[in-house]
Amino acid sequence: MQIRSDEFKERSVFAIHDANLQTALGRARYGFVGKRAQQVADLPEFEQLREEAKNLKNHVLDNLDHYLARYEQAVVASGGQVHWARDAEEARKIILGICKRVGAKTVTKGKSMVSEEIDLNEALIDNGMEVVETDLGEYIIQLAHEPPSHIIAPAVHKTKDQVSDLFEAAHGGPRKTQVPELVDEARRVLRDKYFRADVGITGGNFLVAETGSSIIVTNEGNGDLTQTLAKVHIVTSGIERVVPTLDDATLFLRLLARSATGQETETYTTISTGPRRADDLDGPEEYHVVLVDNGRSKMLAGRFRDMLRCIRCGACMNHCPVYGAVGGHAYGWVYPGPMGSVLTPLIKGLDAAYDLPNACTLNGRCQSVCPVKIPLPELLRELRHLQHQQNITPVMQKRALGIWRWVATRPKLYHALEQLAARALSGIARRGRIRRLPLAGGWTDSRDLPAPTGRTFLELWQGKRGQR
Amino acid sequence: MNAPANASGNARDAILKSVRDALRRDPLDATQVAALDARVPRHTRPAHDEDLVTRFMRKFESRAGTIERVASRDAVPAAVEAYRLAHRLPQRAAVGAALKDLAWPDGWLIHHEAAGITEALAVSRALCGIAETGSLMLASGPHSPTTHNFVPDDHVVVLETARIVDHFEDGWTELRARPEGMPRATNIISGPSRTADVEQTIQLGAHGPRRVHVILVG
Amino acid sequence: MTSSPTAGPRVGLFATCLMNLFRPNVGFSAVKLLEDAGCSVEVPASQTCCGQPGYNSGDYDAARALARQVIEAFEHFDYVVGPSGSCMATIRHDYPALFADDPQWLPRAEALSRKSFELLSFLADVRGAAVTVDARYAGTATYHDSCSGLRGLGIKGQPRALLGEVDGLKLKEMEDAEVCCGFGGTFCVKYPEISEKMVDDKVRNILATGADTLLGGDLGCLMNIAGRLKRIHAPVKVFHIAEVLAGFADGAGLADAPKESR
Ligand code: SF4
Repeated sequence: MQIRSDEFKERSVFAIHDANLQTALGRARYGFVGKRAQQVADLPEFEQLREEAKNLKNHVLDNLDHYLARYEQAVVASGGQVHWARDAEEARKIILGICKRVGAKTVTKGKSMVSEEIDLNEALIDNGMEVVETDLGEYIIQLAHEPPSHIIAPAVHKTKDQVSDLFEAAHGGPRKTQVPELVDEARRVLRDKYFRADVGITGGNFLVAETGSSIIVTNEGNGDLTQTLAKVHIVTSGIERVVPTLDDATLFLRLLARSATGQETETYTTISTGPRRADDLDGPEEYHVVLVDNGRSKMLAGRFRDMLRCIRCGACMNHCPVYGAVGGHAYGWVYPGPMGSVLTPLIKGLDAAYDLPNACTLNGRCQSVCPVKIPLPELLRELRHLQHQQNITPVMQKRALGIWRWVATRPKLYHALEQLAARALSGIARRGRIRRLPLAGGWTDSRDLPAPTGRTFLELWQGKRGQR
Repeated sequence: MNAPANASGNARDAILKSVRDALRRDPLDATQVAALDARVPRHTRPAHDEDLVTRFMRKFESRAGTIERVASRDAVPAAVEAYRLAHRLPQRAAVGAALKDLAWPDGWLIHHEAAGITEALAVSRALCGIAETGSLMLASGPHSPTTHNFVPDDHVVVLETARIVDHFEDGWTELRARPEGMPRATNIISGPSRTADVEQTIQLGAHGPRRVHVILVG
Repeated sequence: MTSSPTAGPRVGLFATCLMNLFRPNVGFSAVKLLEDAGCSVEVPASQTCCGQPGYNSGDYDAARALARQVIEAFEHFDYVVGPSGSCMATIRHDYPALFADDPQWLPRAEALSRKSFELLSFLADVRGAAVTVDARYAGTATYHDSCSGLRGLGIKGQPRALLGEVDGLKLKEMEDAEVCCGFGGTFCVKYPEISEKMVDDKVRNILATGADTLLGGDLGCLMNIAGRLKRIHAPVKVFHIAEVLAGFADGAGLADAPKESR
């Protein structure tokens, strides 16, 4: 999708005033957060698992070339094919090539963030294929012609009413208003698509080097119908998703559902290994994996390697007060919230997403829930540092920082200015507060400024100590 | 290794090279590779002191699954018939060939093929149950087609109590022990299909079965 | 008490920018609490700011310049203590990171880091045995956990334990006490609409408790929340926790009219 992260400010302001969005966000926030907290409380080993998961991911990343090669061998041994894509364009070409070769007319899709990242749907549609998203949330936003606003719950920004409208427009009346009716309607409509599909595309939560398997985790079962009923199954996955063994995958499975949706496990964990066997009665005839780099190998090099530990659970955005205020669309690209604020500038360019690393209070709640302990605030600050070094930071801000530094490294001057400010501000204060202050609209438009009392602490302290 | 990465056929080498460049090292040597291949993962497994059958049942039921216990395998058809009557289903089912030998009641239409779009009921045999989360593990194959697990509204799964293992890792051991190797699909199923995509309201029967019923044998 | 004030540790008080300018009473409260806990307190005049504004804006050079100044001003003390989780987390965690590649300054930064404490954690964790709270406060308070103190320094139980010893004070926890108030330093002026939404959520949770007083350990957050509370004319007093613990919360709260006037 077209990146719109440079509109973050404008879109976040609108988001705050979008009543439907605010209703939807309020509901989601407490659901996810409360359920996760319960799961964590129920599992005394949770913290230990986080530490182990962090270490395991680091181990994999240190040896990524090895595990990717082993994984490839195992896929081939089970009759599947592995394709490598350096960037989004290459990935699209590979997938399009497979679809064209088998004469695909209908392509069903399970939820895959990588396919969003590589703009896959547009490419398939432009080539005359019918593309059907089968995850209910993805289906809803496909009908709405919108990108996902959350990596786990793509339609989390939609109210039931809005879903009713979308379904009525797409499927005809009578308009359904109850959740069970809506879910049933989607079930009925999509049934037919699964059985007609030529190609089924899913993501891969984990790729297992030991067995050459891809693992997906879902609640709906749509990913399974997608990959079982189509003639060809294509898995799209980032290169960082490989894990050494099934036992290693288990460590992440224990963390993923708890962190993502606050469940002990999702309903379906599916391990797919190669195409249909000779004596199988169902399953795809071809099994392909497209391994996408798209900037990931570069991230391995430096400070941002930590980000490659991400297992896409969404906990960071569920706990982010900024995401909770503005929702996912304001972030302007595929990945929203804290993880997106790190990934988007790294994949799409520092200047394409200036605001993302900056629109954060560095409150650290994301890091405290991240199942693989990614130091998200530190990475965001590091991106600010790069912006500063590369002169992407606005000139006015840089200048202000320069002045601040110059003054703050001169204690006498600094204290004199603070004394002046204390007097000036207390002079214009009314009843202990200042309601409006020139050049400080960012503060006083929505808040009073508590007024100083006239003397600074250091001033008073020196006076007091002098009297002793 | 240093071939110019122009043709797309070189993507693999280019990516692996880019990975090594980022890691600032050459390909691993034979000793290092051997060490990685010999690595044995040891991760913490959630501890519990429950009996495996009790835990399996408690966890499975907590996720809206239903369970009936029968004494022996012979009792399975009668239990399926009772389930059918209770849910007013037709006398028709896709039954995994693993359960072919059971004596199905008269009047039943049984087939062992993949499930079709109108399939209402499937009966499968689980490879094992996982007590940790109360999950069923089913391995695809000629005796247990994957479509049985997802297409029908009602899925009845036969599980022997002796086949309930403790953790996921014990389930992997079962998989590795299969002479035919990894199945195409290994489905770990924890209750009926569900979604919370409309206003966070949990709704069962999103795309997969609306009901999953376990017949626990033994 | 085993040690007399003179025999106790020498503490350098880190007078945070906001405290120095807006709320001297917090500084005097901190001094009282530290002296009551058996410390001798000094306030170096060569200090200004911990450097966090530069650090969080990505200007690491500016942050280092300020950090060196703080290290020089405070390294001869037994402890550095400040009434802010945010500034003290910067000194404790960020200084060593800032000088990671500087063999000359790294040891000094690490040494300072080890003896730097936020006021409440210092009182409870370091001087625990010597601390007795002797204060009265008639009212029901709710406590906002500031993010840096909470997640950076693990401050959660200490303020509550100390407040438990204040005569007459009733503590009522708010929903989402651990969620950011939307201050975030320059964040609140760079993204005022988002900040306003966040502080509104915070204010709603505060008001839902029915408490008449909001307490916290960081003036940045408290000024933000007080500013919003006053803008909507909410009758909630706002104090830094040190003011209450020291028994100095008898004057006007943040952004309230001075008691003498009118
Ligand atoms: S950064 Fe951490 S919390 Fe956020 S999606 Fe990734 S793994 Fe989950």
